[in-house]
Amino acid sequence: MNTASSTAPLLELRGISKQFPGVKALDDVSFAVYPGEVHMLVGENGAGKSSLMKVLCGAYTADEGQFFYKGEKVVIGSPADARAFGIAVIFQEFSLVPYLSIAQNIFLGREFPGRFPGTIDHTKMHREAKKILALLGLDIPTRTLVHDLGVAQQQMVEIAKALSQNARILVMDEPTAALSDRETERLFAMIRQLQSDGVAIVYISHRMAEVFAMGDRITVLRDGKKVGSLLPGEATPDELVRLMVGRSVDRSYARNFCKTAGELLLEVKGLRSAMGVNGVDLTVRSGEIVGLSGLVGAGRTEVARAIFGADRVTGGEVLLYSKPHQGGPDKAVAAGMALIPESRKAEGLALIRSVCDNLVLPGLPLAFPNRIYKATKARQIANALIERLRISTPSALRPVRLLSGGNQQKVVIGKWLGSESRLFIIDEPTRGIDVGAKAEIFALIDQLVQQGAGVLMISSELSEIVQVCDRTYVMRDGRIAGHLSREQLSEENILKLGVQHE
Amino acid sequence: MKSTLRIAALAAELKTIGYRLAAALAICVVLTFLSDAFLTTNNLMNVLRQASLLFLLASGLTLVILTAGLDLSVGANIGLSACIAASIMKLTGSALLGAACGVGIGLTIGLANGLLVALMRMPPFIATYGMLWVVHGITYWFMAGTTLYGFPPAFRALGSGYFLGVPIPVYLMFVFLTLGAFFSQRTTYGQEIYAIGANREAARLSGVPIVKRLILVYAVSGAMAGLASLVFLARMNSAEGDIGEAFTLPAIAAALIGGTSLFGGIGTVSGTLVGALILTLVLNGMNLLTIDASWQPLVTGVIVLLAVFFDTLTRRGEEARK
Repeated sequence: MNTASSTAPLLELRGISKQFPGVKALDDVSFAVYPGEVHMLVGENGAGKSSLMKVLCGAYTADEGQFFYKGEKVVIGSPADARAFGIAVIFQEFSLVPYLSIAQNIFLGREFPGRFPGTIDHTKMHREAKKILALLGLDIPTRTLVHDLGVAQQQMVEIAKALSQNARILVMDEPTAALSDRETERLFAMIRQLQSDGVAIVYISHRMAEVFAMGDRITVLRDGKKVGSLLPGEATPDELVRLMVGRSVDRSYARNFCKTAGELLLEVKGLRSAMGVNGVDLTVRSGEIVGLSGLVGAGRTEVARAIFGADRVTGGEVLLYSKPHQGGPDKAVAAGMALIPESRKAEGLALIRSVCDNLVLPGLPLAFPNRIYKATKARQIANALIERLRISTPSALRPVRLLSGGNQQKVVIGKWLGSESRLFIIDEPTRGIDVGAKAEIFALIDQLVQQGAGVLMISSELSEIVQVCDRTYVMRDGRIAGHLSREQLSEENILKLGVQHE
Repeated sequence: MKSTLRIAALAAELKTIGYRLAAALAICVVLTFLSDAFLTTNNLMNVLRQASLLFLLASGLTLVILTAGLDLSVGANIGLSACIAASIMKLTGSALLGAACGVGIGLTIGLANGLLVALMRMPPFIATYGMLWVVHGITYWFMAGTTLYGFPPAFRALGSGYFLGVPIPVYLMFVFLTLGAFFSQRTTYGQEIYAIGANREAARLSGVPIVKRLILVYAVSGAMAGLASLVFLARMNSAEGDIGEAFTLPAIAAALIGGTSLFGGIGTVSGTLVGALILTLVLNGMNLLTIDASWQPLVTGVIVLLAVFFDTLTRRGEEARK
């Protein structure tokens, strides 16, 4: 596959620097992509990956540096320039319009004119869309609304949109973050096909396995500088991580597994919900981290939301601390349950509010039983949590949206430490955060169970479930398909249970 | 340590209000030069009295807007509350009973809004817009084109009385400023209301009882409209079906000029007071300078746009500084 080095680079960036007030986001970074290669871009959050990506697609203008397209010096000063050179970016948050069809999304702003002025040739649009989808091996009706598609399919539509614009350089920001393993395989197959067509792919990832499986070349950024450019065969995952963080990080999240679980904290019997939970039984005891695994769409998040009362429960029973429990999230919180939701930004944080405001929110009734709020006391509570969780922020008063992903996740977890919760339901605790922060988050979860809490942890990353959980349930179609004890836990066994057997 | 924290918090609060207070003062200075009639006790008391009515209405509305909601029914609410209060007073001769009924009607309308928004999950704009027409309709049917006038002197003092040379409504304004600021800044209810406005789903999943808090803010907004209707009725000494129609948009304007964001989660009750003052000062100045009243809507619009533009700029500035 590595024919790349023999040809000239498709696009080359030389000595790119970008300064923001108080921080040098990019410092003399050089970077080249060759046709038909997958170029992995790795680094911790805040290392400069997104800045580089934004320079590449014309969203930021570099303070210094030069661009060369097929060896010729060019200027990329705007997104339109970037598009003209065939550069397309697929961001983590998609830019699709939910209530338009697949075809309308692909050709948004570039519709084929119809016979009369101001009209659109829908027939042609759907025909062209179908061609592009077929190219990607997709067989979905082009009239389907994007709203009705799963995350993986939406991503495919994004890629189709980029290809329809004759993209020759495709930049993907953590494309597998929201995909199940099977969907990931489909994406990889598609990437390989694009590669053989000579498309250059810049691929940002936090996942070591895919960096080594898919990458033809790896560029490592740290603190805005390029600290290494290597071929996958030249380094081990551990060496790469060391290069990224500048220190040695224990990636194995070693913990003392629970030998004797404590009392029953949560018992769920025959739970059903309006969102497709179809009779679920499970238990969580004090001192254990219980996994809830399965493919994306198996109903894991829905189980969490049903237990917490966020979705309407239509049947079954929840026993919390051996007492029957029902009602909405306010009742769940009052009864000592904590939910760390899947989406930090949509469900976890009030982004415009301060770190302090977010940290104290669930614990308000407890910290201020007579309902009189004291800002100084709130800030003391927040500062203690900031210190305990090592949240990196200059002040408790900083709006939480200005924090990095890993620090935001610490806030989402930290806000429950001020409440009296002993049962934590954690949905995708490490989505979109870097290696260093992941280890810290798991250390924190481990600390919670050491102190007698019980954790129900949902994760799409099988390796996390295997490394961290004391035992796991595997879901399929809204039901528990099986249970694996610590001894039985392996990625293979989870997959066997999670995949449909016909 | 503790005192520096307190100073920092105070400074942050003052900063959001400070610019606006400075703008209000600047308007005063300009008007003092332009008109001899401006800097007189009589005129200043007049400005404060007008601002107080606007503030009473806008203060409750501010809480609603903080939750990313809106209450378009406050003007219609004033109309019905005033008319019911007036007719009860005419029937029984009791100022107290009339006043209680006025606030009670306002509260009831607010509760109805709250139920529609929180329980039926209707978009606030639509729920309160529908309520506006329903309440208007009831008022017209109830009054059947008649006018009620001549109320007990004890009641009329609420609108036109003085205590120590200061109009009674101005005292009401400061009482409710204190209550509103205390409720929004110094109670956990207030904190939860800000959280709902900033991210309703995150607040819900953090255990904030969304339904209860939303009903509360709409009920408060309704009750404040009921109270404002009494002050207005006492001042006018007459009640007609269309009495509240002119109030809704100025009340929203006062909140916006005061720095409250329609997207929720940002704003203060004290800001709304300054907003009401700025709006009243400008309109008062135009009167003194005998500028035709037909220019007032245009000027109000420009002030609202300027204030919102200013907020956008300062927030963008904070963003850039990171």
